[in-house]
This record gives sequence, C-alpha cells and structure tokens, in this order.
Amino acid sequence: MADKKQEDKNNVFKKLLSSNLTVEVIALVLLILLCTLFDHAFLALSWNSNTGGLAGPLITMLQESARYLMIATGMTLVISTAGIDLSVGSVMAVAGAAAMQALNGGMNVWVAILLALVIGMVVGCVNGSLIAFLGLQPFITTLIMMLAGRGLAKVITSGENTDASAVAGSEPLRWMANGFILGIPANFVIAVIIVALVGLLCRKTAMGMFIESVGINPEASRMTGIKPKKILFLVYAISGLLAAVAGLFATASVMRVDVVKTGQDLEMYAILAVVIGGTSLLGGKFSLSGSAVGAVIIAMIRKTIITLGIDSAATPAFFAVVVIVICVMQAPKVRNLSAELKRKRALKAQAKAVAA
Amino acid sequence: MTTATATPAKKAAKKTRRMDAQMIPTIAAVVIFILMIIMGQALFGTYLRLGFISSLFIDHAYLIILAVAMTLPILTGGIDLSVGAIVAITAVIGIKLTIAGVPAFLVMIIMLLIGAAFGLLAATLIEEFNMQPFIATLSTMFLARGIASIISTDSLTFPDNNNFDVISNEIKIIDNPKISNDLSINLGVIIAIIVLIGGYVLLHHTRTGRTIYAIGGSRSSAELMGLPVRRAQFTIYITSATLAALASIVYIANIGSAKNTVGVGWELDAVASVVIGGTIITGGFGYVLGSALGALVRSIIDPLTTDFGVPAEWTTIVVGLMILVFVVLQRVVTAVGDKK
Repeated sequence: MADKKQEDKNNVFKKLLSSNLTVEVIALVLLILLCTLFDHAFLALSWNSNTGGLAGPLITMLQESARYLMIATGMTLVISTAGIDLSVGSVMAVAGAAAMQALNGGMNVWVAILLALVIGMVVGCVNGSLIAFLGLQPFITTLIMMLAGRGLAKVITSGENTDASAVAGSEPLRWMANGFILGIPANFVIAVIIVALVGLLCRKTAMGMFIESVGINPEASRMTGIKPKKILFLVYAISGLLAAVAGLFATASVMRVDVVKTGQDLEMYAILAVVIGGTSLLGGKFSLSGSAVGAVIIAMIRKTIITLGIDSAATPAFFAVVVIVICVMQAPKVRNLSAELKRKRALKAQAKAVAA
Repeated sequence: MTTATATPAKKAAKKTRRMDAQMIPTIAAVVIFILMIIMGQALFGTYLRLGFISSLFIDHAYLIILAVAMTLPILTGGIDLSVGAIVAITAVIGIKLTIAGVPAFLVMIIMLLIGAAFGLLAATLIEEFNMQPFIATLSTMFLARGIASIISTDSLTFPDNNNFDVISNEIKIIDNPKISNDLSINLGVIIAIIVLIGGYVLLHHTRTGRTIYAIGGSRSSAELMGLPVRRAQFTIYITSATLAALASIVYIANIGSAKNTVGVGWELDAVASVVIGGTIITGGFGYVLGSALGALVRSIIDPLTTDFGVPAEWTTIVVGLMILVFVVLQRVVTAVGDKK
C-alpha cells in the first residue's frame, strides 16, 4: 500500500518533470526554428578536419552553453536550499585569472587547472561557512563575495587582462575549451558528464532529498537528523567548484582573462536557467535536468539575439523581460488557475478509484 | 505583589539594554568614521581641511540620497538592486533630452517619473506576483540597464548653459584665501540633506514609517494588525526608485556627462552604506541617519586607499570585507539579543 503510494507519487513527479522538460525542449526547438528562418545556414553542420570536430552555429552554441551548464547546476543546488549564489560570475573570473596567471608564471598546465579549481572551491567554502556556520543571509554574503571576488581577480592579475595564449604546453586547457570528442565540443561533453555525476550523487544517494528538505524546512530537517549546516556548506562549495570549471571554460577558449568582463552578469543567467528549469526560487524540489536544458536555452537565446541582429546592448533588457514573464507565470495568482484544474482532475481520478 | 511590579521593570530594563546592543553597529560606524578622519589627518594632513570636507559632501551627495533610498526596502527585509541602473537610464535620457533642447525643469520631472515608473513595476512584481524583492529588482535593474544601452552607448555630455548648473554651482560659506580651506556647498548637498530629513520624518513621524518597521519585524503580524502593508510596499519601492532618479539628477549635474555604464555597482555601495550605518539586513531595525553616516564612511574609503597607495583593485575587497565585518557584527548582536 505504502509502496504503491510512493510509486504514484513518483509517477506524478515524473510527469511534472517531463511536462516541464517538454515545454523547455519545445521552446528550444522554436528558438532554433526562428534562427533557421532568419539564417538558412543555421542548421548546417560541416566537418572541420583541422579541429577534428563538427562546425556550425549550433556547435558554437553548445560550446558556449558548457559554462552555463556548470553554473546553473551549482545554482540549482543552492537555490534548492532556499539560498542564492550571486558570486558565481566573480568566481569564474577569479578561477580564470588564477589559471592564466599560473600559466604565464610557467606552471604546469595541470597544476594551473587544479589551482583554479581549488581557488573556486575555497571561495565557495568561505561562502558556505559564513552562511552555514555564522548564519548570515545567503544573498548578502554572496553579494559581498561578488564584489570582493571581482577585486580578488584584479589583485591576482594586478589589474591586467592576463593573456596566456603564447604560453607553450597549455594544450590540455585549450583542448578543454575548444577541442572535440567524437566531433562534439569537448567542453560540452565534460559539462554533461559533470552534470550527470552531480545528478547521480543527488538522486542515487539521499543527498538530493537532504538538500530539498533543508530548503523546505531547515528546522524540521534538523530534527529528523539531517545536518542542515553541513548540507548548506556543501552546496556552496560545489557551486564554487563548478563556477571555477565554468571560469576555465570561459577563459581557456581565448586563453585570456578579462577581469571585468569574464563572468559578468552570468549569475543572472544561471538564476534564469534554474528558474526556466522549474526549480522554485523559494527552495525545495529541484530539477537538474530542467536546469541543464535551461542552460542550453540561455545559450540559444544569446545565439538568437546575435543571429537576429539585435543590438547586443539590448541583451540585458531582453533577458529581464524573459525573467519577468517566467516569474509572473510562476506567481501564485497565475498558478492558482492551473492548480485549480489539477485539483479537479485529481478529484475525478479519486472518484474513479473509489467507484472501481 | 513585589514580583508583579518587579517583572515589568525588569522587562523594560532588558528592552533598553537590547536596544543599546542593537545600536552597537551604528556606534561602531561613528567610531570608525572618526578614526578614519583622525588617521587621514595624522598621516596626510588634509582630512580636516574644509575643502576636503566640502568635496566629500559635494562628490558624494548622490550616495547619501541612494543610501536613504536603500534604507526603506532594507528596513522591510527587502532590497532594491535597481538603483544603480535607474541612475544610468535616467542620466542617459536626461542628457539626451537636454541636448534635444528640452528645458531643464521638464527634463528633471521626466527623469523622476521614469524612476517612479521602474519603482512601480518592481512593486507590482513584488506585491501582485509574489516575486522576491531581490529577483524583482534584479530584473528591473537589467531592464533599465538594457534600455539605457539601447538608447546610447556613447559618453554623453551636457551642452553648455544648461540649467542643471543650478544644482552643481558651489556656494561658498567660508571663503578663505586658500582654496583648499573653502567651505562650500551646492544645491546637490542641500537636496541630499532635505532627502535625509524627509526620510527621517517619513520613518519616524508617519504611519507609513511605522508600517515599514512593522513589516520588517514580521510581515504577517503587520498584516494581521490590519496595517496597510501593500500600500507601504508600493510606497517603499516607488520612493526608492524615484530617489535613485533624484540621485541621478544630482550626479549628472555635478559631473556634466554620463554613459550607459554609469552607476554600475552603486547598488552595492548603497547597501554597504546602509549596513555600515547599522540597519539590520533582515529588516526591522535601523535608521536613515545611520545610513547617511554609512555613506560618508563608504565615501572616505576611496581617498584613504588612494593616499595609502593601495592599488585600486583592492578597494572592492576592502569595501567587501568592511560590509562583511558589519554584517557579522549585526549577526552577533542579534544573536546575543535573542539569547537574552
């Protein structure tokens, strides 16, 4: 009996998930169609034997989406705990700056990569410990980190935009951003693998449930024996680490860090991807696959703006409108309408079950 | 009998002690401000010059206005991230209109109305569609910044002989032979002071002000008491956005030019000022006078870091650390208060 209920619940959850995902995929396809209408060569794929991979507008879109995938995944976990991480963009800049500076300093490329990841994670851990152990508000803490992180990136490069494109022996990093695996952009493949790993960690262990329960009610989850502080610390650390990966992707593609522009506004994109993916900003249930598709949609929207020839200055306004529309659609007032319908449907199903 | 009389007295004593504890961040801000001035004076000898103080006020009048603006949403536990972007959009539109020959008075009114419109949008999103203040104002921030960039990405300069000069013209109060000892003031500073007094009156002598504090204490209790929470929320966000437009007027009158990137990060400066001034970031406690003081502390960091020869890239880290220290201080103070 209990098992059945669980199963039913799972089914309902799966349905919800699939329905949101379907909407997202439809949106993605519509965007691609729109672009194809404007630029008939948009879907064209060709084999570039120089790079050993496919080439075409869609491929560059996937290449760009890798960094959004990373920060959106971290942001999903953080938002699920009813928090927010505004520092991801700055962490990207810090990690990128560290890697580029290390390469310029003659460090081994693997050490440089490791250094960037460690620094990203340390920043995440600082966020996590301030929020979890000191009980500061996530929003103000990460806002401070956003400010200080940008400064830190500038301090690391002494205010310069460090360029490591001339450094020899940086091939692995270059490959990470521009290379191909079986014709598909390597960074996209790496990002998908990392998202899958995080997904496995959350869904095949109790991690995901713990995170959601902390987001829904930290006090109640503490009473059931979950340690909310550890969970909070962990999600911010993961978010920092993933943002560092995104920073590597972003800087390695040109082998140059721009201390002001690397990762600028990307926290907004990450939040947007998560919201599109159906995770509520109030915390609780999260959907990593939803956020992942959301991240690809973000990259696609950016591509659309370029393809349609809209002035790039308009990008923030465009995104703001998208956020406002999505949030209004998620609002209780609008949602009540659909919830009413759902309830009626559920009642009908119940009546049927009773009759049977 | 004795216990009955003793308990309320004890409670009252506890209450005052707690209020005192909550004052600590503001007192700390006063102490830090004085220490900074003394340190600057002792090391560089310019910080007590009347000229320095004049320019501190004249150059940062806009920040005082923004700090007052930001105090209102933060008192309710909300935030208004759009202030910097509203400065940008109103500045760009204002200068464009002036170049087109629209009279300055009309331009200022249009700027204020644009600010109010963004405030109305944010308030509607927050109150009607249950968006978190910070997401709602983040989206209006991007919207305002985006529209500003669509209008112009060039650096715009005021034409000569515009009536914005009225605001920036310096009025000498103490005229010294040495220019660096002049005490001067301009209309921008006077506007900032009027805004500050207005904020004080609004918060401490009107019903709306009391409602704002009540929302910060507990929104649901405020609603249950029958306070006009929705109306207060609309007032708050429209006021803060309009004040941002006012800050923009004062700023562009003073600088004489603007770009679509003006005001990037000012929302953080405003938040920093408010937090340094002792307003609790979770709402319910604080005052505008503290915020103005916080704005002065924030403003004095720049000349200090320059004089110390600290590289410019460190400034944001210093400011970040400073906000962090104050937020932690607040946290400790409230935690101690809760335990009592």
